[in-house]
Amino acid sequence: MKVKKKTIGLAIYFGLLLVPIYWMLNMSLRTNADILGYFALYPKDITFANYIKIFTDASWYSGYINSIIYVSINTVISLVVALPAAYAFSRYRFLGDKHMFFWLLTNRMAPAAVFALPFFQLYSSVGLMDTHIAVALAHCLFNVPLAVWILEGFMSGVPREIDETAFIDGYSLPRFFITIFIPLIRAGVGVTAFFCFMFSWVELLIARTLTVTNAKPIAAIMTRTISATGLDYGLLAAAGMLTIVPGMLVIWFARNHMAKGFALGRV
Amino acid sequence: MEKWENNKAWFLVLPVFIIVAFSSIIPLMTVVNYSIQDIWGPGQRVFVGAEWFKEMMASKRLHDALWRQFLFSGLVLLIEMPLGILLALAMPKRGWGVSASLVTISLPLLIPWNTIGTIWIIFTRPDIGLFGAAVNNFVEFDHTARSLDAWITLMLMEVWHWTPLVALLAYAGLRAIPEAYYQAAKIDGASAWSTFWYIQLPKMRGVLTIAFLLRFMDSFLIYAEPFVLTGGGPGNSTTFLSIYLVKIALLQFDLGPGGAFSLIYFVIVLLFCYMFYQALQRVGKGEKV
Repeated sequence: MKVKKKTIGLAIYFGLLLVPIYWMLNMSLRTNADILGYFALYPKDITFANYIKIFTDASWYSGYINSIIYVSINTVISLVVALPAAYAFSRYRFLGDKHMFFWLLTNRMAPAAVFALPFFQLYSSVGLMDTHIAVALAHCLFNVPLAVWILEGFMSGVPREIDETAFIDGYSLPRFFITIFIPLIRAGVGVTAFFCFMFSWVELLIARTLTVTNAKPIAAIMTRTISATGLDYGLLAAAGMLTIVPGMLVIWFARNHMAKGFALGRV
Repeated sequence: MEKWENNKAWFLVLPVFIIVAFSSIIPLMTVVNYSIQDIWGPGQRVFVGAEWFKEMMASKRLHDALWRQFLFSGLVLLIEMPLGILLALAMPKRGWGVSASLVTISLPLLIPWNTIGTIWIIFTRPDIGLFGAAVNNFVEFDHTARSLDAWITLMLMEVWHWTPLVALLAYAGLRAIPEAYYQAAKIDGASAWSTFWYIQLPKMRGVLTIAFLLRFMDSFLIYAEPFVLTGGGPGNSTTFLSIYLVKIALLQFDLGPGGAFSLIYFVIVLLFCYMFYQALQRVGKGEKV
């Protein structure tokens, strides 16, 4: 009986969680005139016009491409620099290590609004304004500390005897790291990539500030539509639905690793 | 486990240091630079010392935004922490349900923040939104016109968006408790409540600390969702610190006050995170004894 009550509660919560998303899906399948014309719980004549518009209009679909480019660059940079650093933090004691670690974490707490204007000036002065690399580098501010934090947790779970044995066998540090150590913690690398991807994908303020046209992310294109007069709800809903798709794909592929990662107690 | 003492490890940390310093120290120095000068054009600036800080500290609008922010973060923590723990307790522990509930519950976390705002605009509009229309059958509800309604909508959105994070972390904590603890509790005839209070809650302390800190930080820094949903209005009723700061720094381009505001904001966040962290650590130690 008790178990049943729990399950019912959970089912109700999941229902409430999905209703707003369903509502956007409903809107995305109707034309704007249809939406404003009458209230309907489900679309009576389904139309894909909104989606077709997004996929054929360059000012819309380029937003998705831009977002994916800078998110990917950011994930790669974050992982490449965070892997050796996390190894150093998990294996070595060195001058100022604790302070360094805390300083890194404070960057995760920095309000993006504080950094928006200085970033604008900094990237203008080095001529990187409106490029994918600028957004990717700026997102490193919060993703690199996070990556170091998560990876350090996974690396500390690997016994140090493995390192010692490899060194005795004549492995150099880089060779050991790439051929033995990284494969050992690949679940951790996966989880880290997942979080870097997620936080870079959802961020709006910095990405919007640093781009004008060439690298404009989909998030910023959507806010531009909102401020315009005569809001097209159908189009907006369709664009919103499409921004959820990469997240859904990531969850779907990561669902088994997630359970494993959670069992390790590190998120 | 004793770590190796080796200062050469710095070379491994160096790339991280360079890349984060480029994105953090240089901009922060720029902000400090703004905050102590009055800048009214390229090359035209005068040193004003702590003038901007005094002005911002005395600013009524900043105080209002700050209290609003505290109220918001406080409510968020008050609702999301217990709800997240309850959800984690209710989630299945084995079988196909584990993957299914993990996937469902993480869904809101992977939606871009401004899409979250969009979803809730569409969902709560009195004319076309399911929620808005349903509530309007009973009482008048319009988040663009009345500040209480705007707050309710924002809270609902925030709880909808971020409770899953608390739930996921709490679930991770629950999964890490060895089965032997439950067996021992069963032998002692412990009730469900005392099992929760004496075993599950203390064992979840670590992850709940992380959840609490992350939720505090992120709700304190919230920008995109209220920006899209209410734009800080109606009036100033949902103008939180980030929204106010962006108004000053990026829209009005008041560099001096914006810089001073930024530094005050940053210091408040750091201070609170440090205090919470220390307090939670101490509570944790007390429980062990």
